[in-house]
Amino acid sequence: MAVPKLEQLSKSVVQGPSLATGAVPTKEWMDVQAIFKPGNYAYPAKVEKVEYLNSQKDLNFPNAREWSPEDDDWKLPEGWQEIILKGLRERLDKFRSLKIFMDCCVRCGACADKCHFFLGTGDPKNMPVLRAELLRSVYRNEFTLGGKILGKMAGGREMTIGVLKEWFMYSYQCTECRRCSVFCPYGIDTAEVTMMLRELLHLVGVGINWILEPASNSNRTGNHMGLQPHTFKDNVDFLAEDIENLTGVKITPSFNRKGAEVLFITPSADVFADPGLYTAMGYLLLFEHIGLDYTWSTYASEGGNFGLFTNNELMKKLNGKMYAEAKRLGVKYIIGGECGHMWRVIHQYMDTMNGPADFLEVPKSPITGTTFNNAVSTKMVHISEFTADLIRNNKLKLDKSRNAHVKATFHDSCNPARAMGLLDEPRYILDHVVDWVEMPENTIREKTFCCGSGTGLNTDEIMELRMRAGLPRANAVKHVIDKHDVNTLSTVCAIDRATLTSLMNYWNPGCKVCGVTELVGNALVMDGENRQELDEGLRTLV
Amino acid sequence: MKYAFSFLAVIALILIAGLGSQIPGMHYLFGVAIPYLAIMLFVGGFVYRIIQWAKSPVPFSIPTTCGQAASLDFIKQDKLDCPTKTSEVVARMFLEVFLFRSLFRNTKSEIHDGPKLTYESSKWLWVFGLLFHYSFLVIVIRHMRLFIEPIPRWLTAIEGVDAMLQIGAPTLYLSSITLLIGLLFLFARRLMNRQVRYISLNNDYFPLVLIFAIAVTGILMRYFLRTDIDIINIKNLAMGLVTFSPVIGAKIGAIFYIHLFLVSILLAYFPFSKLMHMGGVFMSPTRNMANDSRAKRHINPWNDPNIKPHSYAGYEDEFREFMVEAGIPVEKELPAAKDEV
Amino acid sequence: MYNKGTIIPGLIIFVLFVTFPIWFNGFKAGTPPKPELPPGGEKKCVESVEYMRANHMQLLDEWRDNVLRDGNRSVVTVEGKDYRKGLQMACMQCHSNKEKFCDSCHTYAAVNPYCWDCHLSPKEAASKEETR
Repeated sequence: MAVPKLEQLSKSVVQGPSLATGAVPTKEWMDVQAIFKPGNYAYPAKVEKVEYLNSQKDLNFPNAREWSPEDDDWKLPEGWQEIILKGLRERLDKFRSLKIFMDCCVRCGACADKCHFFLGTGDPKNMPVLRAELLRSVYRNEFTLGGKILGKMAGGREMTIGVLKEWFMYSYQCTECRRCSVFCPYGIDTAEVTMMLRELLHLVGVGINWILEPASNSNRTGNHMGLQPHTFKDNVDFLAEDIENLTGVKITPSFNRKGAEVLFITPSADVFADPGLYTAMGYLLLFEHIGLDYTWSTYASEGGNFGLFTNNELMKKLNGKMYAEAKRLGVKYIIGGECGHMWRVIHQYMDTMNGPADFLEVPKSPITGTTFNNAVSTKMVHISEFTADLIRNNKLKLDKSRNAHVKATFHDSCNPARAMGLLDEPRYILDHVVDWVEMPENTIREKTFCCGSGTGLNTDEIMELRMRAGLPRANAVKHVIDKHDVNTLSTVCAIDRATLTSLMNYWNPGCKVCGVTELVGNALVMDGENRQELDEGLRTLV
Repeated sequence: MKYAFSFLAVIALILIAGLGSQIPGMHYLFGVAIPYLAIMLFVGGFVYRIIQWAKSPVPFSIPTTCGQAASLDFIKQDKLDCPTKTSEVVARMFLEVFLFRSLFRNTKSEIHDGPKLTYESSKWLWVFGLLFHYSFLVIVIRHMRLFIEPIPRWLTAIEGVDAMLQIGAPTLYLSSITLLIGLLFLFARRLMNRQVRYISLNNDYFPLVLIFAIAVTGILMRYFLRTDIDIINIKNLAMGLVTFSPVIGAKIGAIFYIHLFLVSILLAYFPFSKLMHMGGVFMSPTRNMANDSRAKRHINPWNDPNIKPHSYAGYEDEFREFMVEAGIPVEKELPAAKDEV
Repeated sequence: MYNKGTIIPGLIIFVLFVTFPIWFNGFKAGTPPKPELPPGGEKKCVESVEYMRANHMQLLDEWRDNVLRDGNRSVVTVEGKDYRKGLQMACMQCHSNKEKFCDSCHTYAAVNPYCWDCHLSPKEAASKEETR
């Protein structure tokens, strides 16, 4: 699936006949079919991954089979309509949000042009309101008085294979970023709708490999990458070696160590893939700098949770490892690395699903003595909160000039921004370690634009879609590149570090992507260091 | 042409009431029975819908945080947009319900050559939305003069303000005009904004047309079609209705029955339509929850305690050999190799 | 049902608001006003009773415009009787008691005509005459 050339796509997003650029479709949306062709869908999950997940206790991933979205026959199970409608009924009873969001929309259209997928593709069904209507139309037909009596006249429609195909297409063109919910007068959150759509699709065996494979890896090996314990340790040790080469500081991280004060968990991508590696080096340097008594875990070696992108049961099962491991190792509390959806799960779901964590202590920084009152129940602290507190108490020796090669801007990741409210901690850190500027007002903080590839969509076969969906973000970065010579996009999300790198390479070549803790690592003045001239910080090749 | 259907439906309703009420003996149907039925459907339906919603739990704490959370003491919390205390949540909800704060944020995006995307503040929907809703509220309050006796001073005061321009007799109400302006804007926006036009359903046009017809019949009755519109007769009927002793004395003009019938239809339609956003706005979990889920455990009634992670023991069993070799501590040592003995 | 603690009070408030007229009145409809007929026994008016009940305000408004804005003080003749256009000059010649005639209905229907911003009721006019 070749990605179109930059000039082509640049023209297409402006002039292409789409609802975003001014063309009005001639057909009613209910009469437009979803058509799958190479490049516009993510590959279905492999049979063995689905079978593995389905074999796990408490998980339900039925109907493992070879299938393709391009085929007419999706090999759905017998009676799939009833399965879907029964699933919808159950979810209406379990989630008040779903009921309210189905019933309250007045179709005012305030959300329409807030979605990055709509802005990039111009596809009307990517307007959050219409994405929700895909489900709402079926809901009205089956569960409301008006819909039952008046049917299509009241905006209802039957659950057909065409509708199911639409659900698959558009629930995987939503990154659950919640930007629409900021602008909705009733706070209708399309993330909730997308989650429900994806759950319903899994009931009949419709899911994508880029989510189910990492999720099954995570269940078995402890992390999405499928790194086995020794490999995970090796990777971290390599990073420690690199640090020694660069700075002369020898670090010996520990793994699965009982009795450590703190358990540290970060997305496995940080120890495995460029450019997350440099952020992981930042963590190692930071913890060495303050002499933190902490351990990594190979069993709970994944901060992220692709279960969030499938269903509640899998999310809970994967997340359960964090507390289980903290309990086994007897640590006092947990520090979590930089990641977006990981923090959505930790902040809004973990304590509810797997708490109470009464075997842990209220998090208190051993260096500054600060108690993290906002985490007294969950007992898990964000690395940016932890670092900001260290800086505030002058516990870090920082030399900002070591980031002289960087002119940064900051990308608020969707989940920390809109599902947590972590906005100023990273900014406080940046202020102390690097020269940086903000992107335009309507593209940051709670109004931030998604990278375009979250919720398990950062797979290569849909690259054009990703580049389109990421355009609003890339465009805001371009603004500060042109105006302020920005050369680095910093963020506190592991998915961002991967996806924004592709996005920058495409739209803004030359702009690097890094984690905030990488910039901290660059600036740290370590005891006993024997640092070479590092004109690219931790990325310098020596 | 979805809006055309709504016009036809409302015209049909007008004809039903206009003609029906002129048939001898039908006054009681249109003046008493239907209004009673409508208000019962409204109150009963509204309460039923809220209870139906309330029967589902809010399993997770999912506020949409639109500002800085409470965290370290040197980081300033945005108390309105990221509340932790109940009082802050109440303040956020108050602004949401009474001032449509989220709509106030609205922007309009455009794609220019380059490509270059721009997002400009766009407050029209907010302005006219507020205008429409508050005009409607004032009109509802004003009508209370027909339903209560004696009339309290605050009601007279509200009416006095609404009629302060002292134009014509009976005096012109400002809210009549602003309601029509608001409705016209909302309707025109549905037709002219291409995105909104594409998503609009019958369910969206019908209430607009219905309320428009209610407003127009009300204005016609007050200012233009006054034949047999004696306010004393009308108040007698209204007072009879709310004291459960309805009487229709003298003849009342058809326009009154049309107006009343359309209002009845609106009341009956309300609980079974999107108009329930009036109740729903209070219950939206992304707005009415405190962002304190790491400080206070939120309880999910259907949380399944039996779902456990893939166990550490199972994990170690699978990878023990590698772990031992890599020097990672294990719970159970490897069985001693036979040849070592 | 969940969150009873907030939802039930909310519903009660809603129902109280909607049923406001019912409990405010306490099931007592009150007595409809009976405007006093002209004490002088006059039976004729410029228009029929039905017309006057529904439209007197528009007639007065028209007269006001005729007289004050257009300077048209022509006399209205109905069944041989001449009426001068004016609240005090015509209407209140017969309906002499403002409280028992005008106000009885106006108070009941919460109508606050601004006639009396300028005009005086016969009683007021009389007392003003005395104090002069």
